[in-house]
Amino acid sequence: MRIALRNCGLIDPEKIEEYIAEDGYFALGKCLTEFTREETIKEIKDSGLRGRGGGGFPTGLKWEITKNVEAGQKYVVCNADEGDPGAFMDRSILEGDPHSVIEAMAICGYCIGADTGLVYIRAEYPLAIERLKIAIKQAREFGLLGEGILGTNFNFDIELRYGAGAFVCGEETALIHSMEGLRGEPTVKPPFPSVSGYMGKPTNVNNVETFASVPVIINKGANWFNKIGTEKSKGTKVFALAGKINKVGLVEVPMGTTLREVIYDIGGGIVNGKEFKSVQTGGPSGGCLTKDFLDTPIDYDNLIAAGSMMGSGGMIVLDEDDCMVSIAKFYLEFTLEESCGKCTPCRIGNKRLFEILTKITEGNGVLEDIERLRVLSNVIKDTSLCGLGQSSPNPVLSTINNFEEEYRAHVVDGKCPAGQCKSLLRYDIVEDLCTGCTLCFRNCPVGAITGERREPHLIDQSLCIKCGVCFEKCKFNAITLI
Amino acid sequence: MDTVSLIIDNKPVVVKKGTTILEAASGIGVHVPTLCHMKLDDLNIENKPGGCRICVVEVEGRRNLAPACCTDVNEGMEVSTHSLRAINARRTVLELILSDHPADCLICAKSGNCDLQDMAHQLGTREIHYKGEQSHYRKDTSPAIIREIDKCIMCRRCEMMCNEVQTVGVLSAINRGFDSVVSPAFEMNLDHSECTYCGQCVAVCPTGALTEVDHTGKVIHALSDKTKTVIVQTAPAVRAALGEEFGMEAGTLVTGKLVAALRRLGFDHIFDTDFAADLTIMEEGTELLNRLGKHLAGDKDVKLPILTSCCPAWVKFFEHQFPEMKDIPSTARSPQQMFGSIAKTYFAEKLKIKREDLVVVSIMPCVAKKYECGRDEFKVNGNPDVDLVITTRELAALIKLSNIDFKSLPNEEFDNPLGESSGAGVIFGTTGGVIEAAVRTAYEIHTKKELPRLDFDELRGMEGIREATIDFDGLPIKIGIAHGLGNARKLLEDIQAGKSEFHAIEIMSCPGGCIGGGGQPYHHGNADILKKRQMAIYQEDSNKSIRKSHENPYIIKLYEEFLGEPMSEKAHHLLHTKYFDRTE
Ligand SMILES: Cc1cc2nc3c(=O)[nH]c(=O)nc-3n(C[C@H](O)[C@H](O)[C@H](O)COP(=O)(O)O)c2cc1C
Ligand code: SF4
Ligand code: SF4
Ligand code: SF4
Ligand code: SF4
Ligand code: SF4
Repeated sequence: MRIALRNCGLIDPEKIEEYIAEDGYFALGKCLTEFTREETIKEIKDSGLRGRGGGGFPTGLKWEITKNVEAGQKYVVCNADEGDPGAFMDRSILEGDPHSVIEAMAICGYCIGADTGLVYIRAEYPLAIERLKIAIKQAREFGLLGEGILGTNFNFDIELRYGAGAFVCGEETALIHSMEGLRGEPTVKPPFPSVSGYMGKPTNVNNVETFASVPVIINKGANWFNKIGTEKSKGTKVFALAGKINKVGLVEVPMGTTLREVIYDIGGGIVNGKEFKSVQTGGPSGGCLTKDFLDTPIDYDNLIAAGSMMGSGGMIVLDEDDCMVSIAKFYLEFTLEESCGKCTPCRIGNKRLFEILTKITEGNGVLEDIERLRVLSNVIKDTSLCGLGQSSPNPVLSTINNFEEEYRAHVVDGKCPAGQCKSLLRYDIVEDLCTGCTLCFRNCPVGAITGERREPHLIDQSLCIKCGVCFEKCKFNAITLI
Repeated sequence: MDTVSLIIDNKPVVVKKGTTILEAASGIGVHVPTLCHMKLDDLNIENKPGGCRICVVEVEGRRNLAPACCTDVNEGMEVSTHSLRAINARRTVLELILSDHPADCLICAKSGNCDLQDMAHQLGTREIHYKGEQSHYRKDTSPAIIREIDKCIMCRRCEMMCNEVQTVGVLSAINRGFDSVVSPAFEMNLDHSECTYCGQCVAVCPTGALTEVDHTGKVIHALSDKTKTVIVQTAPAVRAALGEEFGMEAGTLVTGKLVAALRRLGFDHIFDTDFAADLTIMEEGTELLNRLGKHLAGDKDVKLPILTSCCPAWVKFFEHQFPEMKDIPSTARSPQQMFGSIAKTYFAEKLKIKREDLVVVSIMPCVAKKYECGRDEFKVNGNPDVDLVITTRELAALIKLSNIDFKSLPNEEFDNPLGESSGAGVIFGTTGGVIEAAVRTAYEIHTKKELPRLDFDELRGMEGIREATIDFDGLPIKIGIAHGLGNARKLLEDIQAGKSEFHAIEIMSCPGGCIGGGGQPYHHGNADILKKRQMAIYQEDSNKSIRKSHENPYIIKLYEEFLGEPMSEKAHHLLHTKYFDRTE
């Protein structure tokens, strides 16, 4: 089922005629000529569409709030920052179907009373930028942007603003400050952008995928859209499938599809027939779920209840070879670098979480560290200023909650069950099996192996760098890995 | 009026809509601790980034904790400011700050006056559970300010002061995540930047990250050097604040004890910058009347308004920001530099000693004066007119160090001839004071009549920009006053745009004027302290028997014996200066 991606790959994104042939700009025309602003907003509200940028805020309600704020100037902003590692759904939409976003922004402008739209897009998306520029130019030529759109008295035009690709600049207040030429850091909400946003004016910020869903809703009706999905999450969601899964890439599925269906039916299961271990959703703000959650229908609320997030739609599948402590550390390393540094818990707290995780993966952890991670994570979530810090401990908390025995194995037994934490590996030579062939001795790059020919050899653990060469070379299986 | 009813710590509260939880709590005597937040009431200065997260409180039904300083109250809200969850979070947040902070309290300039240290005490921190890497930055020393950024807690108060209040824009947050810190762009040194050394960043920094350059050691050395005569001048604002360092109520005048303390410290002559302030009025007032006279006579070359020039931070500000207007300010040197110049000529001649053997020390409310005394134009053959400048705070440290029991000192008198001053000299310490002093003298010189009144309430107050028209016996003189460089900028932009109708404008860099200077005892965000100091200054003025600069007998004598008349060639040489374009 394709809603957001309906035209991607099917039409030539550089030809407005092809978009129009697929009912493009039909929705805008309908709104301008048949619907009042209120009726349009009601249609979006009735559809149950929620923000696809991560928060899941009801889109129609946001439009209504922005509309109801009195102001001479208002703005529509499209959030195309897409900073999650591995996410590329927004880019795909902008590259494959830019007009759907332009049309929706114009509809939004009509509803809230804005004549200016701004697309905040990361500069690393040159093709998307190029296609957007072409699309905007064509829309102007067709009288679909500019003054007196479709012969009405509605004026609306769109400009592009470029981001440097900071993850935190995807947070809406930071995004607005960045567009204003200020440091890209969030400010406390309220005031929400709907009330005081770009240049202090009411600003409606929506995600690319949210916008892309709007024209279809207008065309096919709220009742068509709200039949798709679960009770509280309507429509479809695009996911970027990655990790140890056979078919990686973008998929669009109706809300309420189970994780199992996505991973096994659509994604073709785990690579090399290995054992499924966990699925990470929501990127750096999300969490790792166990196989117990495989039959959970995917929607905003279920994922939060399970300790993860919808986020922008990242979905990474992990197998038995993935170390959950290392996964938590990987995401934290990302947030650590992307934190704006404004508030204490995120600036210093995440650093300390990362240091404790590093300590554990390096084999220096103690049992207390697990509790410390938990306590600190909760404080960071509880006290951080913006969504980045409020969710950054999720990968840590969810891995501790779901895979505590793996943490314990690291700190109590000094072992990494997935065999990923090098410092915790230990290569040993079994005396009885060693023939003294000297092959390992000759191949060890750091000279950690000693022994006379035909005598059992010995690995000096203080020199061993855990490269595993001896393990591979030994023809007698005399080297063990624990 | 819209009101909101809520419950804080089980107590019902009714407050105005738009009140924050912090304010509502404080209204019922509940003190929620804060670090980054700072508000100077009436001065329109507030720092509220919501960054430190110390003030978090629990709000019923809310997912996470709310920062009390920047969360508005809502109808029916139930707040617990000291629930277990809030206290735990607050303590953990503080531990995190401390985990990235050098534990240098024993040897830190801010110890005893540090908001962070107080917070650790208040929250009962006994252990830092989170240890790890600490930030390290290069120590940055300039002529006036030291930045020890390892101690920065990212409260952003300095940034707010430098950008919003002063519009200088030197300090801002740079880098990201754990590496973020407040610094001049590209981590350049402060002395390579456009910093004015106003010291307002120092005045508000809660920690020892920003402090003045300490010259107390040099003063002790000078005092113990038998070959030198060491004289001291003290600025007007010092006497209205020094007592605070010894636990006295803000606004207590300690002029007599200050003199006594300086004498016990071993200065050979205790003089008063107020004397030089009177001298400034003679020169600046005459310059104003000259320019005004020419202007009224239709001379198109003469520029009005005239701007005061006694604040070195303001001078550096326009040299950087408005160099094309550098011929508008008065050419009169600041009182500190006039004093130094007269001391090393007139007074040194009286003592029959070489200028090199005379050490002039200033006690100032100001850190910019440390920079000012080092400017080349205030040196003769490399010997500065003013050798050393210490702040009010450093003087307090010196007094404590010398085992002087300040509070029990007797009241003593300044020495002569450079110790006598009028009330007009005293009010230089507050915003509005310089121009009021100038009016008192200029009026009488211009009209040749006695002033019908001495107190000009229309020039007083704490408004950032004030204006008044003073009737010079039929000639209306339009006066503008700005304190804080952002306010000064507004008046300058009006002049640039040809929209200014003022004849004279007084500008002081620090909010409140020198009473709020960067070298004063820390106000810790309490604006009442500034107001009390201001009241004390006006009090001292009314106590004086002489209240007009031109009636100061020692000033009259100085002109008779030495300078001739105001704006004479000698006066020009010793008491006036020129300004530089610093944009190159
Ligand atoms: C750290 C952080 C990063 C975010 N990044 C993005 C992003 O890249 N794209 C996006 O649309 N929303 C992002 N958001 C969410 C936005 O703040 C905002 O909620 C969203 O753009 C609103 O649009 P929606 O209602 O259509 O989802 C981010 C939020 C946080 C806290
Ligand atoms: S939570 Fe992190 S990213 Fe958000 S404001 Fe705080 S420091 Fe910046
Ligand atoms: S800044 Fe404060 S807490 Fe830090 S070392 Fe100095 S006195 Fe101690
Ligand atoms: S001294 Fe003044 S101008 Fe310089 S950095 Fe501090 S606030 Fe800015
Ligand atoms: S230098 Fe001081 S005032 Fe500036 S942010 Fe750091 S702690 Fe705050
Ligand atoms: S107002 Fe006074 S204390 Fe402040 S910089 Fe100017 S001279 Fe110094």
